[in-house]
Amino acid sequence: KLKETMWKNNPKKILSAVENVRLLDRVSPRRSRVGTLYLTATHSIFVVNEAGVRNETWVLHSLVFSAEKQAATPSGCPLIIHCKNFQVLHFVIPRERECHDVHLSLQRLSQPESYEELYCFSYKPNVDEVERRQEWDFLDLKTDYSRMGLPNSLWKLSPVNRHYKVSDTYPADLFVPESATPPVIVGSSKFRSRGRFPALSYYSKENHAAICRSSQPLSGFSARCLEDEQMLEAILRSNPCSDFMYVVDTRPKLNAIANRAAGKGYENEDNYSNIKFQFIGIENIHVMRNSQQKMLEVCELRSPSMSDFLEGLESSGWLKHIKAVLDAGIFIAKAVAEEGVSVLVHCSDGWDRTAQVCSVASVLLDPYYRTIRGIMVLIEKDWISFGHKFSHRCNHLDGDPKEVSPVIDQFLECVWQLMEQFPCAFEFSERLLITIHSHIYSCQYGNFIGNNQRERIELGVRERTHSLWSHLWTNHADYINPLYRPDHSQTQGLLRPSTAPYSFKFWRGLYNRFDRGMHPRQSVEDYLRAIQEETQQLEEQLASHKQVRLSSATCDKSPTVRALGNDLSLANTPQDYTDGFITNSPKAPDDSLILQPQDSSQTSEPSFSNGSDQESGIADLSCRSPLSEDSTRDPDSDEAAYSAA
Amino acid sequence: MEFSEHIKTANVEDVVLRQPLHPPSRGTLCITGHHLLFSDREEGSSRQVLLLLRNIDAIEKRTSGSSGTITIKCKDLQVLQLDIPGMEQCLNIAHSIETLSCLDSVSEMYPFFYRPADLSLQDQWGLSSPESYYSQMKELHGRWRLSSVNRDYSVCPSYPPAVIVPNSIDDDTLRKVAKFRQGGRFPVLCYYHRKNGMVIMRSSQPLTGANRKRCKEDELLLQAVIDGSDKGYIIDTRSSQQAQQARMTGGGFESKSCYSHWKRLHRQMERGKALQESLIKLVEACGDESNNMDRWLSKLENSKWLSYVQTALSTAGLLAECVERDGHSVLVHGSEGTDSSLLISTLAQLIMDPCCRTLDGFLALLEREWLQAGHPFQQRCAHSAYSHTRLQQESPVFLLLLDCVWQLWRQFPLALGFSEALLLRLATEVYASDYGTFLCNSDQERCAVGVKDKTHCLFQALLRPREKDYYSNPLYEPTELAIWPSVHPQSLQLWRGFFLRWTQQIRHLEEAQEEIRNMVIEWGKLALS
Repeated sequence: KLKETMWKNNPKKILSAVENVRLLDRVSPRRSRVGTLYLTATHSIFVVNEAGVRNETWVLHSLVFSAEKQAATPSGCPLIIHCKNFQVLHFVIPRERECHDVHLSLQRLSQPESYEELYCFSYKPNVDEVERRQEWDFLDLKTDYSRMGLPNSLWKLSPVNRHYKVSDTYPADLFVPESATPPVIVGSSKFRSRGRFPALSYYSKENHAAICRSSQPLSGFSARCLEDEQMLEAILRSNPCSDFMYVVDTRPKLNAIANRAAGKGYENEDNYSNIKFQFIGIENIHVMRNSQQKMLEVCELRSPSMSDFLEGLESSGWLKHIKAVLDAGIFIAKAVAEEGVSVLVHCSDGWDRTAQVCSVASVLLDPYYRTIRGIMVLIEKDWISFGHKFSHRCNHLDGDPKEVSPVIDQFLECVWQLMEQFPCAFEFSERLLITIHSHIYSCQYGNFIGNNQRERIELGVRERTHSLWSHLWTNHADYINPLYRPDHSQTQGLLRPSTAPYSFKFWRGLYNRFDRGMHPRQSVEDYLRAIQEETQQLEEQLASHKQVRLSSATCDKSPTVRALGNDLSLANTPQDYTDGFITNSPKAPDDSLILQPQDSSQTSEPSFSNGSDQESGIADLSCRSPLSEDSTRDPDSDEAAYSAA
Repeated sequence: MEFSEHIKTANVEDVVLRQPLHPPSRGTLCITGHHLLFSDREEGSSRQVLLLLRNIDAIEKRTSGSSGTITIKCKDLQVLQLDIPGMEQCLNIAHSIETLSCLDSVSEMYPFFYRPADLSLQDQWGLSSPESYYSQMKELHGRWRLSSVNRDYSVCPSYPPAVIVPNSIDDDTLRKVAKFRQGGRFPVLCYYHRKNGMVIMRSSQPLTGANRKRCKEDELLLQAVIDGSDKGYIIDTRSSQQAQQARMTGGGFESKSCYSHWKRLHRQMERGKALQESLIKLVEACGDESNNMDRWLSKLENSKWLSYVQTALSTAGLLAECVERDGHSVLVHGSEGTDSSLLISTLAQLIMDPCCRTLDGFLALLEREWLQAGHPFQQRCAHSAYSHTRLQQESPVFLLLLDCVWQLWRQFPLALGFSEALLLRLATEVYASDYGTFLCNSDQERCAVGVKDKTHCLFQALLRPREKDYYSNPLYEPTELAIWPSVHPQSLQLWRGFFLRWTQQIRHLEEAQEEIRNMVIEWGKLALS
């Protein structure tokens, strides 16, 4: 069966197979499993046959962050694979030689040197060419700008970057103030890092306030640029209700000052008329990379005490950085919504912190970006089109490790933190964010390939790959937050989140996503979704004047029973409460506590896998995750995809 | 009434009340023997705030010029502020609150005066007792009996009149065992596991002392518990070092040589003062306004509250594992057997027994395991996190239980029949209540002051149809399976609903719960039509 599936999806054959490999369970070591590890051109597949139940774990090579071979032990040679979606696989391979081979192959397969090797160029789902082309028409940024009411008498679409001549990292289509002439734009762009002149990111129809973004000015200690000053003046003029604007530098002040020595820097309030200049200290990509690394180390501790965990979380600084990004977003959103003042946001190059802050502000400001389609549009606009360097930041190719940074993770997490505070305000659930996160790294779809629009055009992404957005839209029912109501008070207007430190939580659903034992064992979300579906059906039946007669089966069973089948997944096994005392007790062998009870009504491993963790989106997600590319595989074998946790 | 001597100023006009989640309002303040009453005088609104003085944990007064400000910190963690014109009035009010909020005499407390129209003092008091538990559990009848050796509370003052013990152990033996256990708390049955006939017993520590004293009757009783089985477990909620040290003060533990069929497991659980200090630190951390993430996380860690939640849940998990998975009976005790023992036996029952997970079942469990089992509520809940008075016997063990139950509910949102609102209500009532349920320290004391005749029962009140609806979990799906909680730090969370209950953020979460309830009702209506 595996071979069938593989032949269907991977025309290339199995490259190698190693038997008697042990996959250790990180959370409860006693539950490790023995199976065969296959390597194909695109995936590692670990197959376990236990008591006639087949269990497959698929790991896409492009998701492998690192493969580390440890010193051989008497029981075998450990191979630890860290994935970009935070899955950690701890294999023990019997012979060192085999481990060495697997390790080498994995290193080669997971670190492609050219774009052409990326998975999206070989990923061929069963979709014909016409449909494939339509996928790319699903999202069109022009629609979003016209939703905002643009172009209008204040903002116009500028053709100045049509051929990426002014800024090669900017999109071709940009909105600029009506009064900004091409010479002003070009002049301003020469005074900005990488030519990234101020352009519109968000416009509020209600009060004409706008969020613009750019890179830092090349001001050094005293340089000025008339066109740049005119450009800001033009932005201010495009907001007839306000007599000043904010310029927000999202860097810590010291960093910005240091940049002046390199001929870069920040705006001098004296040179620009009517600006209020503001620093917001978000740290740079290197700090963020180290911080996430530290946090992940904490997540990976085998059995940390509460103090270990909280101390580790604190010293990683991660939540502090998340708070900084959210605080910055709130500052801008309030300026726009409450003061009616336009804001120009920049950092150094204007593609990391600036993207974070602009998009967080948009989510806070506009309920549209809190819908499924809206969040896709927002990522497409503020991240993809404005040239967030996905391939560098996500390490799609074997590149400079100093370029890697979890900038987009932080944006997704900010949205998640907001969802935790406003459970009824978002149309989508955590599951959507996690799926997007996976695909940003998986290289399965063309959307995030390359570092900017120009590169994607050169690669022919639209011609040769599939688009994630239409794929997500096709399955959008799976990502619905059942508590969302467009008319709910939480949904309306500006979100005013609390940024008290206690309002921030650790995002277990993402960073410990694959540690199934840590997640809630029952899903409110799925239960409500089932209820919602049935309510709709019943309403339809009533509406169509059909005799409402539910079959007896429908009446007896609760929605969950129907939604989740028979394994109402309380299924779960005890944790390590015992600290292994039972091993020391001769009369109670180790197994006695972990063997599944004979009684069939009792919990068992398979039902555990099927029903659990749905709240955090793990189970369903895995079925469609990049790990298991094949959406047509029959549901039974989807078991495979969970198994890795 | 003698309360009046404590009230020099009963009414003050033109007082400004500042309360979380409400705009400040101006009105009349009135002090009675048991309440602080504020009536809003603003045009078009007639808000009244009625606060039990018993709920007030601490007050701070500040006077400036001719007026004063009283900050009132409540045991339910609400903080109020009153701006009072007139310095003398302010001082009088403050004095009344200070005195009346901590009167000692139980029979003068508000439950003895509370007479709501829809409850009658003739109504049944309470939901469960060892007698009713015994008569319901037919399976018990062969090997276990109901003993009334403690009918006049003389054998063990903190036990109820009836207890369940092995059939083969007569009352004389029990009397002797009681002398060998601290406070007379001899081992009694508190849970019978229907699936395999194993039981949970609880007691206090044996009084072995430095000389390793033995008690044949005690050994006999424990032997009778595991009769027919190869062994039992003793979960001692102290570290083995602490248990050793207890011998110096006359306490001790069951030694391997005297109780050869019992395997002792030590799990150190924090109790007493340390727990109270932990609560104080946590509440302080939640009120910190420095807006600094590092500071918050380090204070959260430093309070140790979540560590205690983790320990409680994992020890309860261990207990349940011994009974349900390993198939052996367990005796639980620490030193006095009135705090952490009750905590983990309650949690273990929730984990294993579906009957305890309904609203009625949970309240009955609390009644058996906390009220009748003699948790000294009056001592433990005399003050909460804000009090400036010197700590005595205060310890938020019951609050820790509620927090652990909340963690269970988070992890198994469909498995419990009651809602978070119930846990919050209990957390409030245990410190200050209109009802008599949580008064006194034991069944004996409650009998002596006539709690059951002269006050109303909270649990009965919670089961009135409208209340019952509100405190039920709309998503409840009964299941026979055990619900094993995850105790990874990542799985446990701060109980925001309680610790941050007076913040705006919690309103959004409450709205979500309301939305859930509405969805289920909507669906229910259609499904029935």
